[in-house]
Amino acid sequence: MHLRMSLSVKHLLGIRDLTRQDIELVFQTADQFKEVLQRPIKKVPTLRDTTIVNVFFENSTRTRLSFELAEKRLGADVMNFSASGSSVSKGETLIDTVNNILSMKVDMVVMRHSATGAPHFLAKHINVPIVNAGDGINEHPTQALLDAFSIREKLGSVEGKKIAICGDIMHSRVALSNIYCLKKLGAEVTVVGPPTLIPKHIAKALDVNVSYDIKETLKWADVANVLRIQLERQNMPLFSTLREYSLAYGVNRKLLDSLGKEIVIMHPGPINRGVELSSDVADSGQSIILDQVENGVATRMAVLYLLARKEN
Amino acid sequence: MKSILTDRQLAITIERLSHQLVENHLDFHDTVVIGLQPRGIFLSDRIYRHLQALVPSANIPYGKLDITFYRDDYKSGNLHVPNETDIAFSIDDKKVILIDDVLYTGRTIRSAMDAMLDFGRPAKVELCVLVDRRFSRELPIQPDYTGRTIDAIITERVKVLWNERDGKDEVVLIA
Repeated sequence: MHLRMSLSVKHLLGIRDLTRQDIELVFQTADQFKEVLQRPIKKVPTLRDTTIVNVFFENSTRTRLSFELAEKRLGADVMNFSASGSSVSKGETLIDTVNNILSMKVDMVVMRHSATGAPHFLAKHINVPIVNAGDGINEHPTQALLDAFSIREKLGSVEGKKIAICGDIMHSRVALSNIYCLKKLGAEVTVVGPPTLIPKHIAKALDVNVSYDIKETLKWADVANVLRIQLERQNMPLFSTLREYSLAYGVNRKLLDSLGKEIVIMHPGPINRGVELSSDVADSGQSIILDQVENGVATRMAVLYLLARKEN
Repeated sequence: MKSILTDRQLAITIERLSHQLVENHLDFHDTVVIGLQPRGIFLSDRIYRHLQALVPSANIPYGKLDITFYRDDYKSGNLHVPNETDIAFSIDDKKVILIDDVLYTGRTIRSAMDAMLDFGRPAKVELCVLVDRRFSRELPIQPDYTGRTIDAIITERVKVLWNERDGKDEVVLIA
């Protein structure tokens, strides 16, 4: 059935702004893009007259490649901009940079920035759809969408599932977007990690369970989304050593075997192998890490498709 | 609202179209059938059932094609939620029978041919439609098999009702 539907937002700045219906529309669209990605010719001409610029003020490999591939699979023209080596290092402002790019008749902006709220600021000043590809420690909405899409694909649905988000919650935009997304879809969420890496009032503020015991949490969970320890965002030590973190909170085979059931393992990447996740678990059959990467392209295609529609 | 085909006439028309396909394709050894999402599927499902009954020895590949991502009205603000595409066979060097319910401007079929060519290079493509609004074409596309030809003016709408979805079989003209 061809329903005329669209997202309730003009930009994808965060999952916080989306309704459950928005998220389900993204999934429904992504299902069909997954089929496109299985075809002999993995490309459709949907956005053939749309130019998209990927503006990355912060390093990223997988997210940028995933967006770029999604854009190219949709037939869009793609430009890439990275801050290093650009006029940003000469003191140009964010708005000037983006306005200069937009003068080249760009139709959409995908932006990553180390400052929380940078895409929200931009959305107030420019008139084309903006997709947040990660802002500071705030949100990473497309990651949350592809994570929830992968859970739905693996377990049939997200509603009613028990999801553990493990590790560095404090510095993780993936954790925040995931919590919003999973809660909106009706999942039960527990965050687990050392007390120093879990924000103090998170239980009350976001209606999640908090645990400091990884084994007990994984016994409860259907899915463990293991996050990377973000050493680059920590300006003071929040745990003693990586070895101690790994011993106390690392997800390894021994821990998983002691649970008495098989849970699904996820990781947004890049993995610190042997720290938060051991290699044998990351590469095992119960890990859906590579499915997440594949679903990332289909989910991002869906987001770009749904946002790129022109207003008359 | 004026009735163009009653349920009985619709059944006979679909049967006739099926017989015409058999007449031209005989044992269907190198022919595949593709219905167009969303509403062409109701017609193609029925024609496919007839073909299976008429040529029981043939194992005819049957696929469903959605053309949402190939539409040319994306920029005009029309956003369509895509439907499932399911073509689990090669169309290379095959005779393809495309099936849709109403042929109007020809733009859907133009998109369908674009979409289909992403799956391979067919030897030949034929178009089978239930209703041909022959004076409304915007592109040079004509059907090979037609259930009923209708001369409707642009303000009129032809709607095909299907039992599976709408509770009854009928083709109506809505002024």
